[in-house]
Amino acid sequence: MSNLQTETITMEQMKTNKDNRFLQFWRLFRRKKPAAISFYFILFLFIMMIIGPFVTPYDAAEPNYTSVLETPSASHLFGTDEYGRDILSRIIAGARISLSVSFCAVTLGAIVGSILGLISGFIGKRVDKLIMRTCDVLFAFPELILAIGIVAILGPGLKNVIIAVAFFSVPSFARIVRGATLEVKEMLFVEAEESLGASRLRIMLKHVFPETLPTIIVYYTMNVGTAILAAASLSFLGLGAEPSSPDWGAMLSVSRDYIGTAFHIVFFPGLIIFLTVLAFNLLGDGLREMLDPKMKD
Amino acid sequence: MGDDILIEAKNIKKYFPIKTGWFEEKKYVKAVNGISFHIKKGETLGLVGESGCGKSTTGRLLNGLIPVDSGSIIFNGKDLANASKNEWKKYRQKMQMVFQDPYASLSPRMKIKDILREPLDIHFKHMSSMEKDKRVEDLLDKCGISKFHLNKYPYEFSGGQRQRIGIARALILQPDLIIADEPVSALDVSIQSQVLNLMKDLQDEYNLTYLFISHDLSVVEHISDRVGVMYFGNLVEIATKEEIFNNPKHDYTKTLLSSIPQMIPKARRKQMN
Repeated sequence: MSNLQTETITMEQMKTNKDNRFLQFWRLFRRKKPAAISFYFILFLFIMMIIGPFVTPYDAAEPNYTSVLETPSASHLFGTDEYGRDILSRIIAGARISLSVSFCAVTLGAIVGSILGLISGFIGKRVDKLIMRTCDVLFAFPELILAIGIVAILGPGLKNVIIAVAFFSVPSFARIVRGATLEVKEMLFVEAEESLGASRLRIMLKHVFPETLPTIIVYYTMNVGTAILAAASLSFLGLGAEPSSPDWGAMLSVSRDYIGTAFHIVFFPGLIIFLTVLAFNLLGDGLREMLDPKMKD
Repeated sequence: MGDDILIEAKNIKKYFPIKTGWFEEKKYVKAVNGISFHIKKGETLGLVGESGCGKSTTGRLLNGLIPVDSGSIIFNGKDLANASKNEWKKYRQKMQMVFQDPYASLSPRMKIKDILREPLDIHFKHMSSMEKDKRVEDLLDKCGISKFHLNKYPYEFSGGQRQRIGIARALILQPDLIIADEPVSALDVSIQSQVLNLMKDLQDEYNLTYLFISHDLSVVEHISDRVGVMYFGNLVEIATKEEIFNNPKHDYTKTLLSSIPQMIPKARRKQMN
């Protein structure tokens, strides 16, 4: 019943708003409460990422030995850590590192993976087999172990964490884009383009690729969550950000010694990681419902 | 109507392999089993037959969407069997297709304007943007779609309108031959005649040649000059429309004709006896 109602509303909106597809999309999206709230949360994180260092109540890096391991209070909302640094300030400052690392990694992985998947699905035959079997090999490694291995080879540091996380997101993107490509390739309009005399490359880039884009966007969003977790795990293991820098994973890592005495210094970085990953997953779910043609009807 | 032959198929064959086990003998579906026919310039050849008899495959073979296994296709006096990729591109310009399903044959994420410009972008790289736009608008107008719709997406149109757009796309390169694969069978009966009449008008205006594939005999009767009847991959009879409908030779043609719903049921019974 509720489905029927939204459908009729959709039709009305389409009539009043025919020319603005983006606005239409946005109106429908706002109805999906979990995804919309997640979107606002992520938007907020992004703003923090940009203006964060200018609005933090305290310096995120400067130790203050007069206020070590303070519990949450009015002056320090999330309390302070073992060097007396304000945890709220560190979390805000850390958004920059944690988010940019995962976004860079997933973007890199998505680009490489999508290209491989598109080629694999569109050309097929031997090329497809070669790419897919390589992906299978990469899938056989547990993701985190693979990332640890890569960081171990390249050496610790944020740049290498990006490479490692990107590396293990490549095969999953390749596989998912290949699936979408195979589906689109068989559609009639692709054959129609072929009968018009369009070249294979043109069909692949201009007609097949845009059809797979919704799938890529959804998967991208969901993968950002995974990447944040992976980057945090690597930092936690001491392979990512330097322990003193305000990275969420690194904060967890150094604070684990105090878990019995000062609960708050583990809790808040953990909470923010949890919320961010959850938000990206919910946003991905919402986007999938909007963009996946099969779920639209 | 000239007597020159525009396209000729000589004994063309297409077998599709069926997947079988490792040690079994390889099996094939004989989709098109050695058929020959020709179409004269300006003429409409209707191709009828039940579903799965190979009529759509024949259309796709002529257009080169799938390669023939053997036999030759001669278009404008040139054999297409050994044509290179570049030559095919040239032929495609002169030989366009209209597809059955107007919902699936237009790129869903492209505006009508871009869908129609696409063939021009592929074949006339040097044509100016203004010229292209003008050609698109003129042709859409002829096909009964107002230029106010240029910036819309396919999903905003009805089936009949989409098929008109499909026809416009096929015509924009000014081809000689249109292969229409069941162009009206996905449409409402009331819209069918509109689209058929549009196709007829366009044929007169541009001197087009049609290969009209359909399972609907009344539609074929309406539009064709000559009719070919296909049955299990073979072309069992090919003759003028009058000949086929008044004096069918092959048994299958007779059965097919008796299956047309009649206004008076008794008359139909008589036909079957």
